[in-house]
Amino acid sequence: MVQFLPGLARLARRGMAGWAILVGGVIVVALAIMTLAAPWISPYSPIAINAGPLLSPPTSGYPLGTNHLGQDMLSRVYAGGAIMFQVAILSVIVCLAIGVPIGLIASYTGGYADKLASLVMDSIYAFPGLVLAIAIAATLGPGVVNMALSIAVVYIPSYFRIIRSQVLTIKELPYVEAARTIGATGRATLFSYILPNVIPSIVAIATINFADAILTAAGLTFVGLGLPVSTPDWGWDLTYGRRLLTSGAWWVIAFPGLMVVLLALGFTLMGEGLSELYNPRLQK
Amino acid sequence: MSLLDIQSLVVQYHTFAANVKAVDRVSLRMEKGHTLGLVGESGCGKSTLGLSTLRLVPPPGKITDGHITLDSIDVVNCSDEEIRRIRGKRVGYIFQDPMTSLNPVKKISNHFVEMIRTHEPETSEEDALKRAKEVLARLGILPERINDFPHQFSGGMRQRVMIGLALALGPDLLIADEPTTSLDVIVEAQIIELLKELKESLKLTLVLITHNIGIVAETADRVAVMYAGRLAELGETDGLFEKPMHPYTQALLNSVPNITKKGQVLSWIPGAPPDLAQPPHGCLYHPRCPHAFDRCRKEEPHLLRHDSSEVACHLFDKR
Amino acid sequence: MLEVRNLTKHFPVEKGFLDKLFTSRKSYVHAVDDISFSMKRGDILGLVGESGSGKSTTAKLCLKLIEPTSGSILSEGVDIAKMRGEELRKFRRNMQLIFQDPTASLSPRIKIGDAIKHALTYQKIGTASDQTERTRAILERVGLKPWDNFYDRYPHQLSGGQKQRVVIARALVLNPKFVVADEPIAMVDVSVRAQILELMLELRKEFDLSYLFITHDLAMANYVCRSIAIMYLGKIVETGPKEEVFGKPLHPYTLALLSSIPVPDPKAKLQRIIPRGEIPSPINPPKGCRFHPRCPYAQAVCSEREPQLEEVKPDHDVACFFPRT
Repeated sequence: MVQFLPGLARLARRGMAGWAILVGGVIVVALAIMTLAAPWISPYSPIAINAGPLLSPPTSGYPLGTNHLGQDMLSRVYAGGAIMFQVAILSVIVCLAIGVPIGLIASYTGGYADKLASLVMDSIYAFPGLVLAIAIAATLGPGVVNMALSIAVVYIPSYFRIIRSQVLTIKELPYVEAARTIGATGRATLFSYILPNVIPSIVAIATINFADAILTAAGLTFVGLGLPVSTPDWGWDLTYGRRLLTSGAWWVIAFPGLMVVLLALGFTLMGEGLSELYNPRLQK
Repeated sequence: MSLLDIQSLVVQYHTFAANVKAVDRVSLRMEKGHTLGLVGESGCGKSTLGLSTLRLVPPPGKITDGHITLDSIDVVNCSDEEIRRIRGKRVGYIFQDPMTSLNPVKKISNHFVEMIRTHEPETSEEDALKRAKEVLARLGILPERINDFPHQFSGGMRQRVMIGLALALGPDLLIADEPTTSLDVIVEAQIIELLKELKESLKLTLVLITHNIGIVAETADRVAVMYAGRLAELGETDGLFEKPMHPYTQALLNSVPNITKKGQVLSWIPGAPPDLAQPPHGCLYHPRCPHAFDRCRKEEPHLLRHDSSEVACHLFDKR
Repeated sequence: MLEVRNLTKHFPVEKGFLDKLFTSRKSYVHAVDDISFSMKRGDILGLVGESGSGKSTTAKLCLKLIEPTSGSILSEGVDIAKMRGEELRKFRRNMQLIFQDPTASLSPRIKIGDAIKHALTYQKIGTASDQTERTRAILERVGLKPWDNFYDRYPHQLSGGQKQRVVIARALVLNPKFVVADEPIAMVDVSVRAQILELMLELRKEFDLSYLFITHDLAMANYVCRSIAIMYLGKIVETGPKEEVFGKPLHPYTLALLSSIPVPDPKAKLQRIIPRGEIPSPINPPKGCRFHPRCPYAQAVCSEREPQLEEVKPDHDVACFFPRT
């Protein structure tokens, strides 16, 4: 743990971007720990119906209140992030596995491969994200994996674009030319010279991907696609919470909503901070 | 009275990592009509010094000590209003890279007209254009070209436009920061000849900031040599080239090839300029100096008069 | 050892969509137009010119980093222009390049020791431990001593001069016969330049190399090179030993260049012969002699016919109808 501290200090020195990464990182880690610890710290099971009085406002026994099924909101808040994290992580993995190789190879090879890939990716990119995700989720059906896939499909073009712009720039740099002069094959050039220099921007976009995935996952659950009702999930709480709002039960939507916002914020701060530091800027 | 008087100027860059003294207690005086060549290698602080005369040092840089007096105006402490009046009108500045110093979406005519009318709002657009064309004609640019965009000009022409912009309001002092660095050999010669001619005809006072000592030999009356933010030597051009005193000046002059000299053997300076975040004790040059002795490692040398020049070196400090 | 014959490189100019629609005429950048020169083993040839002269393009052509439009490049009798794929990759060990920008020539994420070792790995020379040995040796040879102080460092931890030495080390670890140096010291501090040049000269003797120096710095070319070739707008206008080309120049352009360079001596009397105007665009070079619109000595024939490179004095060739003897 102590070894992290000098690294963190260095990050703080990098100005606003460094602070963004630090603060965002702290938020994400804190929420992750909270989610992981949920089984041990929840006063009640998050899915236990009638754990308390129905629709009770926050009291000492139920600090965040209860919902219309009598489920304890605090326990649901603790546990509800699990799905979010799972979906987000899975979608990022799929994006990396598909988007990165296509981006690298298509833009390095150039020619028709590049043109074809760009065409496909731009077409997907042209769709509004949530709409496309809904369409795919509706086709695939509920479940964590399917949600992750629909989000991934929406996001892969972003990876492709960032990687492509980076590869096109780096390809022209003298050190890549140098690799050719010393006899590097195309593969060697791509893996040893181009990829390592593209990785920082991949990390940046992946982090923003996390943020977006969380919001999209919440959105998908909100419209009813995605998960079986019994799973504790902030998205579900948002759905029901909205309906319960008219009866005055603000706490059902407020706290899970706050969590979603917080988690997305955390990832966004990290992603923007990383982007600022590592993605190509227009001026020096 | 001198036109420009810089006294013990200190310019620092405050970053999270360290405090760097880009300019450390530099004092200079510019008399009217003279040309000063400010030479040094990259990172020596010469550009920062140039920018500070117009309070143009970009943050996180700041003037932290010293005085700059421009014809009785206190540049360091005067109001923003006053400094804006000086910029362009009393002092013309030619920035380093003509490629990026001009706004690509503005016609050249707009560059001029806007500048002239900002400083002299009573000027009509026609008059401003007329003046602009006159200035450009002087610099060898045909008047029809005034409606072109920067990208339609070659590098040399753009540099002339920059010089034109610097001169349009008739300043007394012109500061040129590496005016020929990005230019081809022949265009460089054209610009140098142009500067020499303008100097004569407009009675300009010129500060030429460059790492190219060839240009300085040709155009400057006096030379100031900077190293790691400090002045190493200051003297008349002829004297400095014939008998350089500071070891750095000597080494620098010996490292530049002179095509007219047969059988020249070039030398170099071992090591690298100091890390200004952690500067060495004593004289900043001592780690690379062949003549360094004990005092050099402990005590900073001050700029002292020796013959007709000024040197900051213990070899010349008999105290 | 190296012979270039009728080498030409035209770059097609990318046209906007509407241009493509309405004009069928294609335009080209005449970067290099029908040039021929040769180098003997051990020679140091300086290819001198301003922007648009085609000197950098020539350098890249000699190393086959770009495809020539036509012409041949014979290295020890073998035409590189026709080489491809694996054959070309193997041939690369004979010809190496030192770049202008030491920072941009090194991948920021590869340790400098590894960057050098890669050359040996890609060419499959020796075992892994041999490769490490040779890398260490070359690091010390270029002055980065002791090697263990430098091997694991990243480029951003080195100074400009040090980075350039790494680039030199990488070029030489393969023991090439021919090295092209494109403005090798232009981006290195003035006070360190001579050190890099001295290093390159020493290594030339030790490794029995031939250098092709690309530069616009005539004073530097004079210091380091043995023979000079002056290029203008894609053509070679004058060649010969440096004492001839710089001492007794024949081509008006060479004269203009020599009179233009600033001399670090305030007492030097400068008589500048500055040609009119500026370098025209290589997309539409002037007809006849390319220099004629700017030449103070041009006559009618200069705009009609193109002068060829001819031997006017022993070993001293010039492409001009009225060389300034």
